[in-house]
Amino acid sequence: MNIEDFSRRDFLKSSGALIVSFSVAGIADTLGVAPGSASAQGLNGPGSAELDSWIAIGADGRVTAYTGKCELGHGLYTAQMQLIAEELSVPFNRVTLVQCDTSRTPDQGTTSGAQSHPTNFNKSNLALAGATAREALVQLAAARLGAPADQLAVKDGVVSMKSDPSRSVAYGDLIGGRTFNIALNTNARRKDSREWSVLGKPVPRVDIPAMATGQFEYVQNVRVPGMLHGRVVRPPAVGAALMSVDESSVKDVPGLVKVVVRQNFVGVVAEKPWQAMQAAGRLKVSWTRGSGLPSQESFPEYLRNHKQTRDTLAVNSKDVDEKLAGAAMVVKATYRYPYQMHASVGSACAVADVQGDKATIWSATQAVYPLRSTAAMVLGLQPQNVRVIFKMGAGCYGVNGADTVSYDAALLSHAVGKPVRVQLARKDEMAWENYGLAYVIDQRVGLNADGSILTWDHESWSPNLGGRPGANSPGNVVTGFLIGFQPAAFAARTPAPEPANFGNGNNAVPSYVTGTVGGRSGGTGTVTSQRVLTHDVPSPFFTGPLRSPSRLQNTFAHESFMDEIAAHVKADPVAYRLRHLSDRRLMAVVQAAAKAASWETRPSPRTGNRRTGVAAGRGIASVLYEGDNGYCAMVADVDVDQDTGRVVVKRLFIANDCGPISNPDGLRNQLEGGALHGVSRALSEEVTWDDQKVTAIDWRTYRPLFVGGDVPAIETVLINQTEGPAMGAGETAVTVVAAALGNAIFNATGARIRQVPFTPARVKAALGLRQ
Amino acid sequence: MSITLKVNGRSHTVDVDPATPLLYVLSDDLALNGPKFGCGLGQCGCCTVIARGQALRSCVTPVSSVAGADITTLEGLGTVEKPHPIQQAFIDEQAMQCGFCVNGVIMTAKALLDRTPKASEPEIRQAMSDVLCRCHAHTRMLRAIKRYADGR
Repeated sequence: MNIEDFSRRDFLKSSGALIVSFSVAGIADTLGVAPGSASAQGLNGPGSAELDSWIAIGADGRVTAYTGKCELGHGLYTAQMQLIAEELSVPFNRVTLVQCDTSRTPDQGTTSGAQSHPTNFNKSNLALAGATAREALVQLAAARLGAPADQLAVKDGVVSMKSDPSRSVAYGDLIGGRTFNIALNTNARRKDSREWSVLGKPVPRVDIPAMATGQFEYVQNVRVPGMLHGRVVRPPAVGAALMSVDESSVKDVPGLVKVVVRQNFVGVVAEKPWQAMQAAGRLKVSWTRGSGLPSQESFPEYLRNHKQTRDTLAVNSKDVDEKLAGAAMVVKATYRYPYQMHASVGSACAVADVQGDKATIWSATQAVYPLRSTAAMVLGLQPQNVRVIFKMGAGCYGVNGADTVSYDAALLSHAVGKPVRVQLARKDEMAWENYGLAYVIDQRVGLNADGSILTWDHESWSPNLGGRPGANSPGNVVTGFLIGFQPAAFAARTPAPEPANFGNGNNAVPSYVTGTVGGRSGGTGTVTSQRVLTHDVPSPFFTGPLRSPSRLQNTFAHESFMDEIAAHVKADPVAYRLRHLSDRRLMAVVQAAAKAASWETRPSPRTGNRRTGVAAGRGIASVLYEGDNGYCAMVADVDVDQDTGRVVVKRLFIANDCGPISNPDGLRNQLEGGALHGVSRALSEEVTWDDQKVTAIDWRTYRPLFVGGDVPAIETVLINQTEGPAMGAGETAVTVVAAALGNAIFNATGARIRQVPFTPARVKAALGLRQ
Repeated sequence: MSITLKVNGRSHTVDVDPATPLLYVLSDDLALNGPKFGCGLGQCGCCTVIARGQALRSCVTPVSSVAGADITTLEGLGTVEKPHPIQQAFIDEQAMQCGFCVNGVIMTAKALLDRTPKASEPEIRQAMSDVLCRCHAHTRMLRAIKRYADGR
């Protein structure tokens, strides 16, 4: 793959496309500055209004498309090729896709938040560019053939007359090598999903053969001529500051090029990776003691009792206290969720080449344009002199170490004036990454005499620090912080202002309330009396979006609690959910999952299970992701060993509706992977720490689900909506797992587990609390 | 120190510190993309190669200990144009997402099935019990391994 510097002039020569008016100014104010990392989800750049920024047609008729949404292992690259082939009516293999490169592709902000389908597969951006291009080509053909456009048909990149197919002209002959010079046409008609012949089909991913044969070039495999190897030395404790570095301690290390120090950032550069590792290990560095960490054991209370919080009311019908006082029954429960890691299987890596006032960075960042902006801040360069080229890394699942290691490589390259590759040590990534949010969630409902929900009261606390760097906050990740940039400021706010509109951006509102604000209802349920109050708390650790940020933790609490309420009134958990839902599509996935699993109507817990030995149970949970972006329900079958507390997931049934399906096999792959990611997070993943530092620093101390572990059978039911918008699907299944498993454990044993992960010790403790 | 390695049927002589883990020689000196750095601790499998018929974690194997041994990496099995049957099984099952871990998955499974062609499902699971995939494509991977095992 060509990794030579690629100038704008070369670009115009080779592809014929123009980069038009890419600006980050429009998003700078909203990126990465708001407290609450979830707010950084789904941030899209301005894209481009110019067709030539998205699509170029070569003289040979090849279509080259340019996208700002990148492949992260979820199959998006192939799906975007399908989209372009479909909209332009060209064969799949005649499409070339260029992704995420600040010198070549439109600024589409961050590839995150399951927003790539909503952004690029509906009636804007890449899809609209495809439709605009097809219509423009038909218009050109109409002029060339002297026939009205409605008399023309397009197939395989050739426009011909319906009445006389021998009269035709190919795309390459119409515009090959030249630019369109037109704007995206918001009235351009996208193909109806029922007409699709490429999109909607299980097209195999184009990158998998290279991956399976060791030919794929990840960012970890980028090799630049003259490249050196760097390694960082992170502080030994949270809050530790650098006192001194003894360079003489490494003077005998062969191949050492330089020790680099900038404020609290320490790194080494050597000729070979092994030499850099040895130098980093031997370098004598003195640090101050850390600032101390709150006890992990009592961390939920630490959150709950924190004085400085940022409070938000998502909904408030102002009758909750009165309704609770008058309710026939009140049910309460508190749920706890730990910090968890992205914990990518390959540690983060980047290559940077900083020469004078220019820099090129090869990075697995989800956000090439924002990284360009913040890397420029880190290096003291002009953003337009920094080029960021996306190269895939190990799956990230959110803001892993990709951005911070890009700064590491940039700083070290800047210091030695040569290209430098940095790959983080496992512990350096795990101890300092931006963790997914911990949570404490109090739930309370008042019930009517008939068992239905009268009022729902939710109050939660979660710790935040940093997040995505966005366009202007390099201090939101560790390297930026170590060189003196501050994380986005924490703005305390108590009491919360009354909600102005319903967006559920903080993901805290349960599915079963109406979500009524200002007389308009945006929720998916029937309960009108509702209050959802959230508290952001300053975090001792960096935090950031991790697959289904906040929605997963809240869904664990909501869907577990719904199961508890149903059990209190001896109702069937499926029927009880349906009774309190108003959204037809959400109800449909619940019904579809139940049907696939041959759900037997019954209250929980299951009758007839013994209280010792292995007990089998089944639970359900559902979600409308982010309130508007993908429906999913899951039925889980588990075995609980009541003597050891060990939970084994046996089967998962998943029903999903994300609008028109781009690639059913890719969708299944996402649902299966998301489901098992959810199992791993629900059963074993937890960041641990002592009074000074994080102690989960490798795969012994942070336990995931290995390939040969207890892997359940998975059955997926895809509901293909031919009408309506395309939604995300990467974060739906993972969201519902913890609740589905917790509900299955209760169904099996009568023990309710309210703290993730469900380790054997916690399950045993919950079993011990049974009446 | 000059060390000669036999990798994918070809001899290479490299001048490195004999304590250098094999992985860095393969990925840096020989510019191979198959074996990868995942943890550097032998805990995840990303760096796996096959040497002396065994799956070997190259990130914790000093290069001097495999001098002269036949070493096979993922790219030594087959190519995009002509994949090895086990690679073909993973392509057919679309058994990966980011694909970063698939080196460890394929090389570990192949070493097992070379040694134990009729490996049972528990034996396969045991062999994969310390191989990690964080995209959690586990079900497809296990299916691909079975497809390859059954197809031989």
